[in-house]
Formats: sequence, structure tokens, C-alpha cells
Amino acid sequence: MAQDQLADFRAEVREWLAANFPASLNGRGMAIMDAAFSDGAMQDEAAQWRARLAERGYGAPTWPKEYGGAGLTHPEARVLGDEMAKVGAFNPIPMLAGMGVTMVGPTVLEYGTEEQKRRHLPGIASGEVRWCLGLSEPNAGSDLASLTTRAVDDGDSWRVNGQKVWTSGADRSQWCGALVRTDPDAKKRDGISFLMVKMDQPGIRARPIPLIAGASPFCETFFDDARAEKDDLLGPLNEGWSVVKRLLQHERQSQTSAGGPASGPTVTIQEMARKYVGTNERGELGDADLRTRLAKHLMDAAAHGLTGERITAEARGKVEVSAAASILKNSATVVAQTRAELTLEMMGHQGLGWEGDGFTSGELAAVRGWLSGKAMSIYGGSFEVQKNIISKNILGLPETTQKG
Amino acid sequence: MAALTQEQTLIREQAKSWMTEQYPVRKFREMRDSGNPLGFSQDTWQGMIDMGWSGILVPEQYGGSGLGYQTFGLVLEETGRQLTASPLFASAYAGATALLVSGSDQQKQDHLPHIVDGSHIMTLAIDEGPRHAPLQTALRAERKGAGFVLNGTKTFVHEGLAATHLIVAARTSGSVGDDHGLTMLIVRADSDGIARNRLSTADSRGYANIGFDHVEVPADAALGEIDAGYASMDAILDRCRAGIAAEMLGTASQAFDMTLEYLKTRVQFGQVIGSFQALGHRAADLFSAMELSRSCMEAALQAIDGDADNIAELCSLSKARTGEFLHEMSNQLIQVHGGIGMTDEFDAGFYLKRARVLETAFGNQAFHRDRYATLLGF
Repeated sequence: MAQDQLADFRAEVREWLAANFPASLNGRGMAIMDAAFSDGAMQDEAAQWRARLAERGYGAPTWPKEYGGAGLTHPEARVLGDEMAKVGAFNPIPMLAGMGVTMVGPTVLEYGTEEQKRRHLPGIASGEVRWCLGLSEPNAGSDLASLTTRAVDDGDSWRVNGQKVWTSGADRSQWCGALVRTDPDAKKRDGISFLMVKMDQPGIRARPIPLIAGASPFCETFFDDARAEKDDLLGPLNEGWSVVKRLLQHERQSQTSAGGPASGPTVTIQEMARKYVGTNERGELGDADLRTRLAKHLMDAAAHGLTGERITAEARGKVEVSAAASILKNSATVVAQTRAELTLEMMGHQGLGWEGDGFTSGELAAVRGWLSGKAMSIYGGSFEVQKNIISKNILGLPETTQKG
Repeated sequence: MAALTQEQTLIREQAKSWMTEQYPVRKFREMRDSGNPLGFSQDTWQGMIDMGWSGILVPEQYGGSGLGYQTFGLVLEETGRQLTASPLFASAYAGATALLVSGSDQQKQDHLPHIVDGSHIMTLAIDEGPRHAPLQTALRAERKGAGFVLNGTKTFVHEGLAATHLIVAARTSGSVGDDHGLTMLIVRADSDGIARNRLSTADSRGYANIGFDHVEVPADAALGEIDAGYASMDAILDRCRAGIAAEMLGTASQAFDMTLEYLKTRVQFGQVIGSFQALGHRAADLFSAMELSRSCMEAALQAIDGDADNIAELCSLSKARTGEFLHEMSNQLIQVHGGIGMTDEFDAGFYLKRARVLETAFGNQAFHRDRYATLLGF
């Protein structure tokens, strides 16, 4: 019965894609999205494709129809993804919406009033409104709850003062979901609220931050008597901490994959090792020490991948949600960072280029990826914070003697 | 924990309660203290046979239940947890596997029903030196009439004293190191010319070195192909690696539970020691390693049951990853318990000693990292 419905849906999707996806865009997803990320908009046929996706609700397909989604079940959404991949189609809307589709939207769906859902979700689901998040501050990183950006109720609106950092895409966003202190006298987690702030106003200034890997989407954002509407508080006053905990769960869910989206044929790390390091008469890598560490890394990667599969299978079999899910962020981080280090090591001096003709594009990408990958163990709950979470929430060990 | 069928859930629950209620570590301690030369007590083994576990791999036509490797893994996890000593692994898992992979119908008929009822204890005799190295097999089996004559030595044979039959890897041609020229033979353990020497090992279990001095066996002793036995031998060993990994994960999981419990109850400096971040993070690391190992262990057994095409890869992955975790976990079991962990009166030492034996069996972590690299083409 359910299978029949899925088959019907698959046929419907195929027909719709055949009629609506411009064949000229086939396989150009990455390039188009990169360009659109910088410009914030898309051109010509790509723009048409975005509009058609949005009209159908396929930008955020599992969201309810009345808020710009298509009301699909998760199995239906997987069918949609499969069928799009088969014809080389792509969904640019999550990228165009910044943090909108992946994090802000799901949180608004859960905590927003009916009026907030109608006002904010359709713009996200169509990819026309980009969101950033104002969470971390210069003195509130891993210890996020010590944030000091203040929002004061001045009768007609909220007046916001302070500084946020790592606001990804803030210089290109129309809205910001900001964590602000609304009760300075309460205990630190109790006086925080989640406020939605319009970016285009004189009181807000966003400045990109160049990183060790070069240019980055990250900004620091200054709030200087910025204004927010009274009804743009998401969730109850002074209960922003629980709102942001849910929001960060959505973030972790989107960060547990050790590899990025596949784009074209990829060279495995063992093929790369054979090429750069060479092999002996038995076909083994010439560097025995590297060979052992590479084997160990590939085992780590396999164990990580199998754990993801196991969690999915367990969820299907309706065994209680596995505690194993809590380990995925750190294991993804270890796998990705080790892979980057091993790649550089096997490339030798060719793996140390910054730019120019002396290096292949793959070599240069390896260097930038190695550097930017260092952020994986810092953002979304640092490596150490993840271990605190496991020891406290999963293993039931007492709160550590540190404050927080 | 993988999603289980109702039958598997039942078997797991039965195994857990049987092992913890009737044959907990205390029974193992009694067996050790008694100086029992076999390394297991007969009533433990008979109890397991009565529970039906000796027939889990054996098809119904030969008197077993044919429930497969994943199901057997559930029982092995529980024997690993309580260090329950018996020939269950050597005979009903490894021995039955050898017959299922390579046995003729006649051989299956001759042995499988007896494995199930415990009247045959079959065990693999592969290694000849201190380390697992199947290709280094040197024991010669030379043609004599229609049969063979065996000369050589096998080391560290599991349940070598209790075994009624040995499944011997022998060289029928070629030289040490060749993968061609290997043949497996079923040899009665009471044959003339066999000398069994009991080993007293750190884990107090049953092992023997076995000498073969002009041991004659008939033609139908050959298990599988003559000279070309290496591929099926490796398939048998892979299934053993996956099974040992299940036992290892059980042993390590019990060590984890004991350690976590201690972290929550031991007070020093006026607080439970689990409130110190260094120990909280160590527990988190061990938990992560445990979950990652479990995924590998379950995937390998699943691949065997599903006859997947990457069994070798997954079995090496499982043996290496589970071994790494057990190694670290058994050390931390002692470390976190401090002085009490060093006493013989406390069980931690049993887990540490057993851990290294299991790690070494069928190839240690280094063996399987090397094999994994070779399988992946580098």
C-alpha cells in the first residue's frame, strides 16, 4: 500500500522533472550554486528552475504546504532526492536561504506562532530570503550561555546592542536569528531570548573575517541600537536557551557526514597514496609507516560510515534511538581531519602550495581543505564540548567540576 | 545494537540471564582455582548444549537450528561478558563453520549432529608459531596409499586437550609461504602419533601444543580440496575472526560497564571521580570506540549471513577495530579501578588477561591492518 503510493509519487516526480528541469543545467549544480552564493541570486534558466522548485514547494519539501513546503513525508522526500540526482538536477534553495532551510526554519516550525510561520517560512522555502545566525560572541564561544549582547524592550520594539562573531553569510543575509540577553539578573541560561532581526538597518554592520584558509563566509556583526519588532521573539521570553538547543540539534544533524556532497568522479585516498608515494614489488605503499596509518584511517572511516548506517537501520526497526548518534559529530571530525592531514603528508611539498602554477588544482584544494577543516572540531559544539555531552547526557556522569 | 528478530531477541535475553545468573565470572574463578586442566567445567558446557547454542550454525537437517552467524554472535557477546569458558566457540562455531564451508555431505553427516549434541568437540589447528600466519603452514601431509601421513607441530590449539577431532591445516605440496599446496584434514585427536601438551596460559583457558609424528589418516579425512584449500581456509578463518570479535566486544562492554559504575560510585577528594573532566572525557572516548566497534562487528556477521562480497574486508575491519577497543578498554579497566584493579580478588585482571588472548587469536590488530591495506590495494 505505502509502497504503491511511493511508486505513484515517483512517477509523478519524474514527469514533473521532465517538464520543468532545464536540461542545460544538468551537472552544473556546483558551479551555479557557487556563483549564486556570492551573488545571492541566480540568472536565467537557473533562476527559472529555482522559481519552479519554489512554486512546487520542493525547496523545503517536508515543510507543510501552507508555509511554502510540499508536505512530503521523509520517504517521499528521499524519492524526490533520488529522482533529482538521476537527471542531474539540484536544489539550490537550502544554500540560497543560508541557515534558513537547515536550522532557522525547522526551529520556527516548532516554536513559532502561526503568524511568524506565515511571515518567515515562505521566503526561506523559496530561497528568496537568506538567514544568518547570531550566536557566538567574542567572549562566548564554547561557553555560549555567557553571551552579553543585550536586547531591551523600549515599548514599541526591541533595542539591540552588542557584537556577534562567526555569523556565516551575515553580509549577504536579510535576516538574523540572534541569541540575546533579555534578563541580565537571571542565571545565565535563564535570561536569554531568541530574537529575529532584520539585517537591512542602520544599526547593523557586518564585516567578513578572512581565515587561515583565505576568504570565508564568516563575519563579525555589530549591533548598535539596532531594532527588532516586538513580535519577532521566537519562543517565550527568556527561554531562548531551549530554542537554541533545538536549533543546534538541527545543526549537528547536518554536520555528521564526514564527506561533502559527491561531485563527479572522486579519487580515493589510497589511489592518491599510490600515485604520490609509489609502491614496492608487492604492490604495497613504499612508506610502510604511512601505509599502516592509512589503513587505520580507512578503518576509522568505515567504522564511522557503518555506524551511520546502523543508526538508520535501528531507527527503521524502531529500536529506541541509539545513543550512538551522540558520537557521530566527533567521529566525523576525526575522520575528515585525519584524511586531510594524510593527504598533505603523502603529497609532500606539493601538498603545501597556496596558489599559482606550481601546483595542481587538486593540490591547492587539499591545502585549503586541510586548513578550513580545522574548524570542524570547533564549531557546532567543539570536540571537548561533545565529550562533555556524551559523558553527562549519555553516560550519566555527574556535571564536571568546571562551571557551565 | 542491530534490529533483531523476535527469535534473536529471545536468544539474547536467554543467553544474558543464563550467563549472568548461572555462569557468571564467579564460576570461571572457581574453575581456575580448581586447577581444572581442560580450562572449562563439564557442567557449563553441558548447560550450553542443553540451551541449544551448539546448534545455532548447524542446519536443521543435521540437528541444529540453523539460525546463523548474527544469532551466534549474540551468544558470544554474552560469553565474552561473563568470561564463560567452554568449547562452544572452538567446536560449535569454528568447527561447525569449517564443515559448513568445506565439508562433503558425508562429512557433515558424520560430524555436525555430534557437534550439536556435544559428543564431538572439533577445533581448528592452524598456527605453528607464536603469531597467526596461515601461509606459514609447514606441517607436512604426505600421500601414503589412499591416505596421508602427517608430521609437524601445531601451537596454541583452542580446547586442544578436550578436542575429539582436529581440523588441521597441512602442506600437501609447495613450500612455506605459498598459498598453493595447502589442504585441511580432519584428524581424530586420539590417533596414534599425536602428542598433546597442555599450555598453562594467562587466561586460564584450555590450549595445547600438538605434535604429529607419523600420524596416518584415511583419504576421506581431506576437508575440501587437496592442495587448493587456502581460499576456503581463509573463509573459515574470516568467520572465526568475526565470531571472536563478537566475544571481544562482549568482554570489552562488560569492562566498560564495570568502569562506568566505578566512576559513578568511587569517591576521592570529596566527590565521585566521574565528575573529573579528564575521566569524563576518557569515558566518552571509550564509549565512542565501543559504538564504532559494534557497528563493525555487526556488519561483519551480517555480511557473512548475507553472503556479501566484502566479507574479508569487513572481518579484518571487525577484528582490528574491536581488538583496538578491547585493548584500550582492558587497560583502562585496571587504571580507573586503581589499586583494587591490581588485586586478584577483583575480576578486572581476568578481563585484561583474556583480552590479550582474544586479540592474538586469528590475527592481532597489526595483522588485520596489514591485510586490510592489501585487500584495498595498497
